[in-house]
Amino acid sequence: MIDLDDTDRALLRALGRDASLSAGHLGRRLGLSQPATWRRIRRLREAGVIAGTRLVLDREKLGFGVTVFLGVKLATKGRISLEDFERAVTAIPEVQVVEHVLGLYDYRLRIVARDLSDFERVLRRRIMTLPGAGQVEANVLLSEERLPGPLR
Amino acid sequence: MLDDTDRRILRQMQADPDLALSDLAARANVTPATLSRRLERMRETGVILGKRAEIHWPALGYAVEVNLRITLDKTQSRAFDDFLAAAREVPEVIEIQTFLGQVDVRLAVIARDIAHYQQIYRERLLTLPHIADVEALMQVSRIKNDESLPV
Repeated sequence: MIDLDDTDRALLRALGRDASLSAGHLGRRLGLSQPATWRRIRRLREAGVIAGTRLVLDREKLGFGVTVFLGVKLATKGRISLEDFERAVTAIPEVQVVEHVLGLYDYRLRIVARDLSDFERVLRRRIMTLPGAGQVEANVLLSEERLPGPLR
Repeated sequence: MLDDTDRRILRQMQADPDLALSDLAARANVTPATLSRRLERMRETGVILGKRAEIHWPALGYAVEVNLRITLDKTQSRAFDDFLAAAREVPEVIEIQTFLGQVDVRLAVIARDIAHYQQIYRERLLTLPHIADVEALMQVSRIKNDESLPV
């Protein structure tokens, strides 16, 4: 496992907010030369700490007014293959996140839709028809914030 | 507001946000000049908000991730504000979401291992104000995680 110093943590915090900042700009902010900054970023990427870059878009402006989290319980455990369910659910474009979880539900899904009636369409035509899908619980997202976590 | 060309650009950008502009132009089948004009407009109108680096917590030794689903005591008028302010102070909380539904708030919590999680849960999470009910979903695996929009 990789050891981080305060400068690495500051770099990760900055890139977690804005990954378009150049190594030169970040370096000036942290008191590092551009090559030193670049080497640190490369090390964090190679260690897998920075897993990739995400484009951040305004969902509402693109017409996706609703985000719903769905807890899904599989109906017939044992008889249905998890792989079949996972393959089918992953292929649905409106499903952004699929997590296999332990607890009240078997899977946790994040779904985007244009509005509630569009969500209902996705739920009825695509989710409820998945192999093995049983009970579902829907919670509509009102607000969301990401925190820097233990990097503080 | 957006046409098919914009959508094509956004699809390619979502698929690979680190792509160089010249490669992006080729993949979206537009000239570099068109690409920069379109990108500039989508940034100005706030469609494109930016880019952020995705941190992979297990690589930093945080092997456990738990979704804590919380119902608040809504007879307390400040339940949401008090709870959210206190939850933001817990370093292991990496995401806070509020909902309309059975669950009021979800916290994504990371920990080094189960023992560490138990410690955070008892000392920092159960002590958060105005909790009526808590339920935990422990993450086994993340099968899909791309917040791409089907534009």
